[in-house]
Amino acid sequence: MFKHFANLQWKSFFRSSSLGKSLGMKILMAFFGLYMLISLLAAGGSLYFILKKAFPEVDPLLMVSRYMLYWILVELFLRYFMQKLPVMDIKPFLTLPVNKSSITHYILGRSAISLYNILSLFFFVPFGIVLLTKGYPALNVLCWLAAIMGMVVALNYLNFLINKNDKAFIAIGTILVALYAMNYFNVIPIERYFGEIFHTLYKTPVLAIVPWVAAVILYQANYKFLRTKLFLDDSLKKKTKLAESSELGWTKRFGAIAPFMQLDLKLIWRNKRTKMQVFISLLMVFYGLIFYGGDTYGPSSTIYVFVGIFMTGMFLSNFGQFIPAWDSEYYSMMMAQNIPLRKYLESKAALISVSIVLMFFLSIPYVYFGWEALAINTACAVYNFGVNIPVILFFGSFNKKRIDLTKSAMGNMQGTSATQFLVMIPLMVLPCALYFVLKTFISFEIAIGVLVLLGIVGLALRKPLMNKVTEAYRKRKYKMVAGFKERNS
Amino acid sequence: MITISNLTKKYGSQLVLNVEGLQIPKGQSFGLVGNNGAGKTTLFSLLLDLIQPTTGHIVNNEVQVDNSEAWKPFTSSFIDETFLIGYLTPEEYFYFIGELRGQNKADVNALLSNFQDFFHGEILGQKKYLRDLSKGNQKKAGIVAAFIGNPEVIILDEPFANLDPTTQIRLKAIIRDLAAKQGVTVLVSSHDLMHVTEVCERIVVLNKGEVVKDIKTSAETLRELEVFFGESIAED
Repeated sequence: MFKHFANLQWKSFFRSSSLGKSLGMKILMAFFGLYMLISLLAAGGSLYFILKKAFPEVDPLLMVSRYMLYWILVELFLRYFMQKLPVMDIKPFLTLPVNKSSITHYILGRSAISLYNILSLFFFVPFGIVLLTKGYPALNVLCWLAAIMGMVVALNYLNFLINKNDKAFIAIGTILVALYAMNYFNVIPIERYFGEIFHTLYKTPVLAIVPWVAAVILYQANYKFLRTKLFLDDSLKKKTKLAESSELGWTKRFGAIAPFMQLDLKLIWRNKRTKMQVFISLLMVFYGLIFYGGDTYGPSSTIYVFVGIFMTGMFLSNFGQFIPAWDSEYYSMMMAQNIPLRKYLESKAALISVSIVLMFFLSIPYVYFGWEALAINTACAVYNFGVNIPVILFFGSFNKKRIDLTKSAMGNMQGTSATQFLVMIPLMVLPCALYFVLKTFISFEIAIGVLVLLGIVGLALRKPLMNKVTEAYRKRKYKMVAGFKERNS
Repeated sequence: MITISNLTKKYGSQLVLNVEGLQIPKGQSFGLVGNNGAGKTTLFSLLLDLIQPTTGHIVNNEVQVDNSEAWKPFTSSFIDETFLIGYLTPEEYFYFIGELRGQNKADVNALLSNFQDFFHGEILGQKKYLRDLSKGNQKKAGIVAAFIGNPEVIILDEPFANLDPTTQIRLKAIIRDLAAKQGVTVLVSSHDLMHVTEVCERIVVLNKGEVVKDIKTSAETLRELEVFFGESIAED
């Protein structure tokens, strides 16, 4: 039976749409995956030496043990977001002559070899190997690694138990912060206490069995829980949220584009992926701190133009690059319905404009780093406003990959194609290059002035530009309609 | 109202639709039947300019659909669930369509009140998004949305599939009423021969992309269609 399940799993992986992506996409994904693994391996391999250098008088292994509690809590926290028990896939098996208990064992067993579990091993195994080369007793190190593996598996199953309610999640977050705070302000030396506890796992190799026992108990608990829930109306049913209708009457003042604005706002607010992008865009306001805080570039470096375009235009590029794929699920309706394409696009432009203005206001505090910072951000905002809005809308006409709005936001590359990378050139590289040349050969003021001027020219030419963009959408209408219908692109 | 001339659609070398000529007068209830792959949805998609004809063209009320968009204000349609916006509630969807067709909320509400029966209390005021409704209820919402804004041409692809018996009967009455009393041209496709013969004045049979029968509905029509489809299956 398990062989069958494993076979199906294998097929579902290799026939999945994410693997069916274009070659370029595959290479890119493989590159990112490899990069992450190598970073983890490198971090694990060098951890010993880093700790030795930073705390010469403490055993690095003890140091690791001290922070192990945080690792556990952070991992639980992350798993809460990322990892869900894949119960939906087993619906077809319920009516087939397969024991419910073997289905349950299969789901649970399969989760033990999930990516989340393997990731931590990529970190701890190299660390263990370094320990061995440094003359730590082999038995102890190997048992310690086994204990870590046991903890990973236990965490895996613990996550499925607590994943069901938000309270557990808030509790973990609070405990994490509280423990760290108590330790930091020397109320209770938490790190020392737990460091001792985790260190005994190393000192007494027999104890490696403890995490494994915990893992087995948690597995049993999961099994008991899940076995009784294998019915369509229970855990297998998709949860539906209560709908809240909203009027959004204030959009009326935008006139003819109001219905589309309302639609776009609902689109953003009621779908996970779009909502996430709003939060990411807002957080990007802090992106500049990395560069301005460094203070190594000088007040008018080109890097700040990049930062400025990025900060004020995060929503523009994040949301804009997938126009009109956001509406792909119902694009054929939009095209058959009495919709002036122009108004549809203007509404998107208005929405992005609002985001630029908002992000610009949020970026004003950067004036703390000098008036140049404010000047650069202003110029970037104006440039985004005048030039980048039509540019991103124009590139949108090349989109023909469907986006399923109901899919989750994390690592979702749906709808991505070469267009998304190409558009970065005019969007970010062009203004940076222009600024760099003008600043180097003429002056900072002129460079800023030219960016602003370009933005204003773009704004003045908005009407003819939008006509061109609308024409581009009209031309590619059939391709879009056909492309958006393909589910597995 | 609608004139189709020399219309063909090819995908690669495969000819999926080939209609030499077809005229649908105003106020006719027009039924399209055929097996899977006969070209029903292709024809409707061409009518809505969602795909490009390989040759020929369609004229809808003196507007050539692949040249101008002027047919949109008086034509409405429901092809499948992809015509719905999943993250809206049914009410929001109706109001949105209403705004596109120049109807304010009061107009839309007035129209919806005629469909209380049809909705059977399962659409309005449910606090559910369209994506969370059952297939049948999604269909009901989509069909009613196609009635908003006094369209002169209504195109419905497989409107009876997924509907419960009560709703099927109500829908039939609605379609007959639209064509007979309000002079609306209604185009309906279906796999269910009984439904189309009950609703449509005229039935066109498509087979492998070609018009093989064009019948004015009478008492014998159902029998005639059953014989035709029974034989064509036997042939294959």
